[in-house]
Amino acid sequence: MKRHLISAADLTRDDALLVLDTAEEMARVADRPIKKLPTLRGRTVVNLFFEDSTRTRISFEAAAKRLSADVINFSAKGSSVSKGESLKDTALTLEAMGADAVVIRHHASGAPHRLATSGWIGGSVVNAGDGTHEHPTQALLDAFTMRRHLAGAPDGGPTYHREPGDGTGRDLAGRRITIVGDVLHSRVARSNVHLLNTLGAEITLVAPPTLLPIGVETWPCEVSYDLDPILAKTDAVMMLRVQSERMNAAFFPTEREYARRYGLDGARMAALPGHAIVMHPGPMNRGMEITAEVADSGRCTVVEQVANGVSVRMAVLYLLLGGNEPAITTARTQENNDR
Amino acid sequence: MAEDHSDISLPLSATGNTPWHGEAPARAVLEAPDIARMLTRIAHEIVERAKGADDVVLLGIPTRGVFLARRLADKLAEITGRKVPVGSLDITMYRDDLRLGPPRTLARTDIPGDGIDGRLVVLVDDVLFSGRTIRAALDAMNDLGRPRAVQLAVLVDRGHRELPIRADYVGKNIPTSLRETVKVQLAENDDRDCVLLGDPPAPAAVRDE
Repeated sequence: MKRHLISAADLTRDDALLVLDTAEEMARVADRPIKKLPTLRGRTVVNLFFEDSTRTRISFEAAAKRLSADVINFSAKGSSVSKGESLKDTALTLEAMGADAVVIRHHASGAPHRLATSGWIGGSVVNAGDGTHEHPTQALLDAFTMRRHLAGAPDGGPTYHREPGDGTGRDLAGRRITIVGDVLHSRVARSNVHLLNTLGAEITLVAPPTLLPIGVETWPCEVSYDLDPILAKTDAVMMLRVQSERMNAAFFPTEREYARRYGLDGARMAALPGHAIVMHPGPMNRGMEITAEVADSGRCTVVEQVANGVSVRMAVLYLLLGGNEPAITTARTQENNDR
Repeated sequence: MAEDHSDISLPLSATGNTPWHGEAPARAVLEAPDIARMLTRIAHEIVERAKGADDVVLLGIPTRGVFLARRLADKLAEITGRKVPVGSLDITMYRDDLRLGPPRTLARTDIPGDGIDGRLVVLVDDVLFSGRTIRAALDAMNDLGRPRAVQLAVLVDRGHRELPIRADYVGKNIPTSLRETVKVQLAENDDRDCVLLGDPPAPAAVRDE
């Protein structure tokens, strides 16, 4: 991570661990009577959302506020964008207002990269999901959740659905992660594959051939069209939402057939190893990729992922804005001299 | 934490204009038995001033303050026969010099189960220097509860305060010049117990520390 967080692929293993370890400390703030730190006082964070979002926007807002930053929320609906303002003019407006960080969600893949490299703004850019490209903070919070459950026990092993543990300093080496569903339209899947690979996990993508992107064979992961044989060899299964709003053609015959072949129901959950967890980036389509029985079971970490999202985003904002230069790599060298 | 202050408290003359005459090895001014004796004395002073130390909570400031706090807690338990709650208080997010360098790695804040409300909190740190760490610690504690009183125990007071802060329990006062470095080493983190006093090897290195 340099000045911006655009792609999970930009994070080295050390950077990723620094974010996750920092998030572990941030998570402890949530247990305190006063859930606020003065660290980013006087800094301005703009949430620039060109696409609908509930949890990501709220999560970034909560994270910035817990660090005492000033938060400006900007959504395309009800702004000058609906009058035809370009991304550049919007960015120049934000720059004039003195934004220290811009958290951007955009329907076009590459918009955050454009914003970061164009010179339009001087602050840090955080990608909160761009088109079908990347969603790095979601991957970080997923990895954080996995680490707490799969490497959180005192011996570094799984916690078997007891209280999520503390995985500080550990990576996900050798953990087997299965990502199931609409990989084609999923920025979450792409970011997760990059980040989890960096952290040493073994990833398998499971989807019908029509829902896999071109070039998936070059990704650092396995690909399967069949869910059932994989389940017994899975430490965490991540169900992706079928993104009907991005589907302009028939990608599978019927919803019922999709649910039968790729949906996670009670029987399939029973085939998972005892310590395995079920994840979903949300929002869930109950009955489609996940049944209510699974979604409401103790093995499903959806709600926990949302809580972890605030901690992870606090860590990202702190590491980008907390010092005079938002460079994680320098911070580590400094730290080694210090202690 | 004391070494962290060098960058904010060092006047320009010390870094820029003072000629540097070769690297003097840091010399140990206090050894393990000295440190053990000082901690024993501080523990007795805490019991004396707190009239039995019934409601004392020890909070160490990472990194080495935590180890000192744990050692003090063991000594207090020996003296009073009761377990004394001990925790750690990370002050990174409350520092006033965060903007002067890259973001710092956070350490663990661990408040004992019963909290600090209405208790006598004794902050423990290795070196008292500018006093800015302690100011940050007082701010951090403000967000965690309302102690009955707060006291400060340090192993070494090296002077050069920049804020109206003083220690209630001091292991040893070591008068220093601003150019010198004071480093506490503890067996939990380093090879051995000792307090090292040294001239800065080079101006740049002082700023890094």
